[in-house]
Amino acid sequence: MTASSLRQRAFPPHWGARAAFVALALYAAYAFAQLDITAGRLAIGMGEAGRFLGRMWPPNFARWELLLEGLLESLQIAVISSALGILLALPLGLMAARNLSPWPLAMVTRGFIAFCRSLHYVIVAILFVKAIGFGALAGVAALTIASMGFIAKLFAEAIEEISMKQVEAIRATGAGFGAVLIYGVLPQVASRFVGFSLYQLDSNLRNSTLVGIVGAGGIGGTLFAAFKRFDYDFVAAILLAIIALIFLAEVISGRIRALLR
Amino acid sequence: MTNGAVMQGLVIRNLVKEYVPGTPVLRGINLTIAAQGITAIIGPSGTGKSTLLRCINQLVEPTQGEIRLNGEDLVPLKGRALRLARRRIGMVFQEYNLVERLSVMENVLSGRLGYVSFWRAWLRRYAEEDIARAFELLEAVGLPEQATRRADALSGGQRQRVGIARALMQRPELLLADEPTSSLDPRTAIEIMELMTGLATSARIPLVVNIHNVDLARRFAQRVIGMAGGEIVFDGPPEKLEASHLRQIYGGEDWL
Repeated sequence: MTASSLRQRAFPPHWGARAAFVALALYAAYAFAQLDITAGRLAIGMGEAGRFLGRMWPPNFARWELLLEGLLESLQIAVISSALGILLALPLGLMAARNLSPWPLAMVTRGFIAFCRSLHYVIVAILFVKAIGFGALAGVAALTIASMGFIAKLFAEAIEEISMKQVEAIRATGAGFGAVLIYGVLPQVASRFVGFSLYQLDSNLRNSTLVGIVGAGGIGGTLFAAFKRFDYDFVAAILLAIIALIFLAEVISGRIRALLR
Repeated sequence: MTNGAVMQGLVIRNLVKEYVPGTPVLRGINLTIAAQGITAIIGPSGTGKSTLLRCINQLVEPTQGEIRLNGEDLVPLKGRALRLARRRIGMVFQEYNLVERLSVMENVLSGRLGYVSFWRAWLRRYAEEDIARAFELLEAVGLPEQATRRADALSGGQRQRVGIARALMQRPELLLADEPTSSLDPRTAIEIMELMTGLATSARIPLVVNIHNVDLARRFAQRVIGMAGGEIVFDGPPEKLEASHLRQIYGGEDWL
């Protein structure tokens, strides 16, 4: 037996995967051509970008009061919608967990969670702006729904991964359903729940800067207005402020996570 | 049975359990366990020993039959009545089944969950006498200084001691143990069996223990029940258990 046929038997070639890679490369080349992304177009774009960046520098903090007001509103939207979303997600997550919840209830709840998650939060924000008017309330409503769907799904998955042996032992003592949850389930999932919640607060801080663009309150509105007036130096100031806020949140939530470990 | 009205102890009549309809795991078990004493159930894996024990405290719902504990039939019980019945039955598990992230004290006190309200349980507002009893039990199982440690910091033998304390915390009328020594080394296994049988005897409650190890069954039980294929094939004192019975229970003979 030759060496090459030995290799053939040990590592059989995967023709399907190879064909898929070739097809992907061909399609990417086709798509570039279709979209007219050429070296010339790129060069023009780079020139424009240079001019744009030049007008952003130096950042203009003259209207810092407007900036601070928007930033604080975004922060409030993020905190309120995270808190509400997490609160609503707790019962939903439990109801959706297939190991503790009767299956018809779990299926219905899963459907509801999927529905909450199906639309992007910016689209939901637009809907709320149309329905209940401009302002922070629409942003809070949109982000609450998004957080609720996301966290409920993670909660349900965490609950489904617990050890049922511990639950069985608590049940065997004659404990009622509530006590089984507090003693058998919660200790197994509490640290993960806190982790998910911090993560959601983190991403809501980011998300809350965006909902303003569609009129749902927060710094996004200020940012969008500055873009429209070509106040690029103020745009730069707003972007720097947002980046600073996100960094700060990252540091704080990192500290909390480290404390919980 | 001197008292005709109330049958003391555990009486099981015609107990059948089918997880899948048509394939019974337990095929009509009839068994009477006196109000005191150590009973060991031996038999090969998958023969329904665990199912039998779990039918008694209804962690598994029997398909048919009657299970009377000190007179009351447990099979038809649901909801609150079932929880009240469960708290009269303590259970010790093969893999200890402690709540890993709770303290030893919280695990022991969880034996009172059938007695205290939800809010008291949540806020850990247990009665002084419950806490005192929990400390006594920790002393009795040999873990006097471990109350505030987390359960996952303990060794296997220590965890099983906590498991025993939790079961006794219920002040049960019956103690069940499902393979309590299978995850332990031989020496710890004997210590655990000594502890459990001693505590059950001094509490004057019957202990029913599933056990793989025939020598441990002979050494600690006053009565041995052999199961095979979902049925009881031997029932008698350990002295009467002979090689022919073990062949019948476990099949084959090369291993004897």
